Amino acid sequence: MEILIVLGLPLLGAALLASFGARRFAPELNAGTSLATLIAASFLVLRVIRYGPMLAGHEQFFVDPFNVFLVALTAFVGFTTALFSRPYMRIEEHHGRLNPTRLRLYHSMYQLFMFAMLLALLTNNMGLLWVAMEAATLSTVLLVSLYRTRASLEAAWKYFILCGVGIAQALFGTILLYFAAEKTLGREGMTALLWTHLNAVKGQLEPRVLGLAFVFLLVGYGTKVGLAPLHNWLPDAHAEGPTPVSAVLSGLLLNVALYAVIRCKVLVEGSIGHLLPGRMLMTFGLLSAVLGAFFIWRQRDIKRLFGYSSIEHMGIITFAFGLGGPVANFAALLHMTVHSLTKSAIFFTAGHASQKAGTQQMDGIRGLVTISPTIGWGLMLGSLAILGMPPFGVFASEFLILTTAMREHPWTTPFLLIALGVAFGGIFSRVQPMVFGESDAIRLPHSPALLPVFAHLAIVLTLGIYIPPVLAEWYRAAAQLIG
Amino acid sequence: MHASELITEILRVLAAGLLLISFAMLSGRRTQQLITLFAWQGALLFVSTCLVAYSSGLTEMYYSAALTLLLKVIALPWILHRLIKRLGAQSDSEQLVNVPMTMLAGLVLVIFAFGLAQPISSMATTITRHTLGIALAVILLAFLMMITRRKAVTQVIGFLAMENGLFLAATSATYGMPMVIELGIALDVLVGVFILGIFFFQIREQFDSLDLHNLESLKED
Repeated sequence: MEILIVLGLPLLGAALLASFGARRFAPELNAGTSLATLIAASFLVLRVIRYGPMLAGHEQFFVDPFNVFLVALTAFVGFTTALFSRPYMRIEEHHGRLNPTRLRLYHSMYQLFMFAMLLALLTNNMGLLWVAMEAATLSTVLLVSLYRTRASLEAAWKYFILCGVGIAQALFGTILLYFAAEKTLGREGMTALLWTHLNAVKGQLEPRVLGLAFVFLLVGYGTKVGLAPLHNWLPDAHAEGPTPVSAVLSGLLLNVALYAVIRCKVLVEGSIGHLLPGRMLMTFGLLSAVLGAFFIWRQRDIKRLFGYSSIEHMGIITFAFGLGGPVANFAALLHMTVHSLTKSAIFFTAGHASQKAGTQQMDGIRGLVTISPTIGWGLMLGSLAILGMPPFGVFASEFLILTTAMREHPWTTPFLLIALGVAFGGIFSRVQPMVFGESDAIRLPHSPALLPVFAHLAIVLTLGIYIPPVLAEWYRAAAQLIG
Repeated sequence: MHASELITEILRVLAAGLLLISFAMLSGRRTQQLITLFAWQGALLFVSTCLVAYSSGLTEMYYSAALTLLLKVIALPWILHRLIKRLGAQSDSEQLVNVPMTMLAGLVLVIFAFGLAQPISSMATTITRHTLGIALAVILLAFLMMITRRKAVTQVIGFLAMENGLFLAATSATYGMPMVIELGIALDVLVGVFILGIFFFQIREQFDSLDLHNLESLKED
């Protein structure tokens, strides 16, 4: 029941906003729907805390320690982004970059996107997971091209084609998975695609088929995670779409895609052992971390800069899942949480900063601290957090990942350290002059919403010092599940 | 000859036909012609799904055959025809780069696909098991087509042809996915094509052409 409400609210919101999305109160309606979703998700979480994991709707939906915190995170960031987008999109409209019709499209697609991601997280059916991931891509394509500029059209086209091809490969992987499962579970009652059933019989699934399926699934969903060398769409889509979309893409969609990869990995490992999937995840992860870090140096656009930073961080998380074991998995789950919160906070400040400066080019953004101390400090603190400065949560997870890597695979440590160091230099040297320095900026017609920024950073700070026992328990249980 | 053997034989011929059409698409120059080829591919898929449904006796296979007929033979080609008509791009043809090389690459891909599918299809118990290799080949050829073409409409047809390959894989290896999933996939494809339709107009409005050479400004500098 709770699950149906969590899924139904954003869908209802999408329908409402499709009709009223052009009205004056649409941003409030959008935020209100997201708040309702968040409240429904909280009830779901409370229920899980009280009664433990649950199955619902003829086993089509389920909640376990691995997806419960992601559902909470998705609903939370969805709500704060809606809060942020309220003044942000009004300012964009005031600047003449958007008109009411496009705002209607934006609001409606935003809720549809939230629905698709929550569906992907909550479904127990691997086929439905694929459908939801595809729906998430489709709903964001038109969001990326919202400004209808040449660059945004190009970015959206690239996004659609690359992710479309990627997701087609994931479908082939899913078909192979079903092919293997059908032999063990049979066709009756459609159980052969249910993750919980597959997980129960994963030892009996045909290893050769699953090995091949994993390659397709990893490449397919990996395209959406932004793993190098399949990352080309990511910086463009982040830079050219509206900032709230960049925030949810980086903060949520990448996590959901990685979630899909890890769900598949659990099944495949049960059949063919840890070696192949683990090594593949480690290679892709390490490559993304290093490439992402080096590309950071070449950026001039603030949103592209942080887009590449997302590639780097998703690389680190993927690498940690590849390492496996309780500590690395725990760290990867923690990193998923803190990266999502920090990166969306950074995009909030970067969005308002570029509105103030009238450009996304970093050379044009100067002296944020003098013109708007909250934006300036928000960007500075957010950057320090994402760079892994203690006591923020990113430090804790990166420290755990590094020490585990040192113990298990010492040869990977230099690569990780290089990635972290290069990213540090690249981001810090760009952010410092943007925050401090001389400026001549304009006043914004609507006061920006900066509460979400500091709320996110406060949570990340807290997680760096103290992880609530419930959350830690989920992480541990999920880490054990992932293996 | 038994009826089931005959059906197996026909299915093989149909699968071979699908592969041939994929090659024809690879060298097809005119957009109109490509849409017709795509519709033919859908028609062959429809017939083969019907045959599989008949010989396996699974009623839900008839539904998915009907879905194929509606979506891939009627709806999508119709939408695409209307689109290029409204865009005034019926007689558009594009310069192809090095057709012999593309064909050769296609051949290599087919061999690769068969090699990859060999161990798996030997495990399949369905009557269409030998077509898994062909399905993978169709997917890879469509992929090759998307890489070598520079027109937006052609890339989309390539994308849809890839979908056809996936559908063939689903029927040949497993008698199709559960109905709910197939409906979801069909819906996604349909929505995707609508979005692309909107997209074509936006692209043409901005660039005065559907040539993707224009879409190459976002590069790493």
